[in-house]
Amino acid sequence: MKRYVLMRVLKAILTIWFVYTLVFFLARLTGDPVEWMTAAGGASEEAKQQLRHNLGLDLPLSTQYIRSLAGLFTGDSGNSYYYARPVSELFAERIGYTLSLGGIVFLVTIFIGVPLGVFAAVKHNRPADRLTMAVAIVGNTMPNFVLGILLIFFFSLKLRMFPSGNIGEPLWRYYVLPVIALAVVPTASAARLTRSSLLDVVRQDYLDSARAKGVREWKVIFKHGLRNALIPVITILGAQLSTLIGGSVVVETVFAWPGIGTLIVNSAQQRDFPVVVFGVLVIASSVTIVNLLVDLSYGLLDPRIRDSY
Amino acid sequence: MNYLLEVDNLRTYYYSKKRIVPAVDGVSFHLEKGEVLGLVGESGCGKSTVVRAITGLIDPTYARVEEGTALFCDADLLKMKEKELSKIRGKEISMVFQNPLSALNPVYTIGNQLTEALTTHFSVSRKEAQDRAVELLRLVHIPSPETRLKEYPHQLSGGMQQRVLIAIALACNPQLVIADEPTTALDVTIQAQILDLLKELRSRLGMAIILITHNMGVVAAMCDRMLVMYGGVVVEEGSCRTVFASPSHPYTKGLLASIPSVTEDRQRLYSIKGQVPVFSVPVSQCRFLDRCESCTERCRKEEPPLFSLPNGSKCRCWLMEERQGKEND
Repeated sequence: MKRYVLMRVLKAILTIWFVYTLVFFLARLTGDPVEWMTAAGGASEEAKQQLRHNLGLDLPLSTQYIRSLAGLFTGDSGNSYYYARPVSELFAERIGYTLSLGGIVFLVTIFIGVPLGVFAAVKHNRPADRLTMAVAIVGNTMPNFVLGILLIFFFSLKLRMFPSGNIGEPLWRYYVLPVIALAVVPTASAARLTRSSLLDVVRQDYLDSARAKGVREWKVIFKHGLRNALIPVITILGAQLSTLIGGSVVVETVFAWPGIGTLIVNSAQQRDFPVVVFGVLVIASSVTIVNLLVDLSYGLLDPRIRDSY
Repeated sequence: MNYLLEVDNLRTYYYSKKRIVPAVDGVSFHLEKGEVLGLVGESGCGKSTVVRAITGLIDPTYARVEEGTALFCDADLLKMKEKELSKIRGKEISMVFQNPLSALNPVYTIGNQLTEALTTHFSVSRKEAQDRAVELLRLVHIPSPETRLKEYPHQLSGGMQQRVLIAIALACNPQLVIADEPTTALDVTIQAQILDLLKELRSRLGMAIILITHNMGVVAAMCDRMLVMYGGVVVEEGSCRTVFASPSHPYTKGLLASIPSVTEDRQRLYSIKGQVPVFSVPVSQCRFLDRCESCTERCRKEEPPLFSLPNGSKCRCWLMEERQGKEND
């Protein structure tokens, strides 16, 4: 088990390093940041050269790369070209908004999506099941940015119930629409997956064993059925959770949400290399961490998998 | 009327898009306290459905109990609400299923699944439940029970798993244990061990057993009385001694003739020709006629009733009409 985790962490570090390197060089293919900064005109060639020197862009690419990588180990993530502040500070300011949004969405998915799936499975082929699944399929196919725009249109512009974006006081009102926009797809897919996975499990003999012991039906489903049905659900939810941590770029943009998604997108447009590269590092790390947690959770849920590590 | 279980005219139908299948079509039997009853028949004859209907474990999405009563200690199980029934299941009546690995939940420890039966029906402390679980594993001859409690089903052999299932069934000292093909999924040597265990437990604890099987050898080894089922009805009923000595129904004769024998030198094993047909309601012919060597015109027109025979057996065959004591259906 320890060996397994250790190997996974080593592999994760390799993956993150690879992604970091790839993005580092790819970003530099997009062009010269100084040209973008001085696009308004008026800067002399000398001034531009000075700027390049200040930003370290006149150094050979390999030197830049090694400096950037070394910086990570010494805790120096570099300065943003655009904001002229340490990149880590920029992320520290924003990551809370992204994580809280993602966290709430994840809770909604688990505490609404999974029970809905259980409900539909228990009512299999009855009207309640069909209705739940019809709604879930619609929800599942709705792109979150389209939903976001529709929500803003109805609830902000027409009904004026919730603010259309950004943050302010009281804070919770600003979370409502982005949470809905982001939660609908994972909640719907969690419901559908839970249902189909549980329907496979309810045919198993051990549920009848539990019933034969006199265990009440709800406990049969939740204790004996659901735990066996959760593995495929967790696989998918894990994949969705990791994109939420990375910042749901499009939805953050729609709601002008001050999270890391918006920061990374804007920085890519502004050729703000240190921010982009650090952002990718954050996303890649969170994806690999969540994947590791998902894989470890299989072992927690199913002792047969635990034994195979 | 002092039977432990008295089932009368039980009908359970399966509903499919095409037809209504009479899986159990008027089955009556009784069971005395401490008696071992064998329920014999091929796959699909309705023997499992009988006990599932009694214990409320049939799937309501496609199966329904049409009529009948099942008096257990004078209370009708078929009229009980799920809540009342679940108080009897596991406590008074418990079950041992066919495939031990799939009947145990793979994600919970043996201890968890053993104590669940206790904690469901009694308010016992963790310690008490734990002690009882160890005691139960000892009862079914599982070595080092304390360690086994912490293990998971996949870490045990098939024979051990079946012992655990039996221990679970015995947890609350039930009056009736229903064993649905308890040895079918096991190796032959293990089968013998499990049967010995059941016999030993029966004589130590004195519970009644309904043993469902298609294996005549198992019936001969275990049972006091037997019901032979075919196509959803009982075709022969009697004490094992009588039925084995003088089977009356052509189907029972066929089943007994198809047991391999070490004393006779036969070239080929006898087999009953044909397959178990699937019926649709209503059935108005002898269900066995297509496979019967002595079927007559009458068998095609009318279903025979269950005739009571002078030797104490009952048999559902027109050939028995002149031999009957009194007609009884």
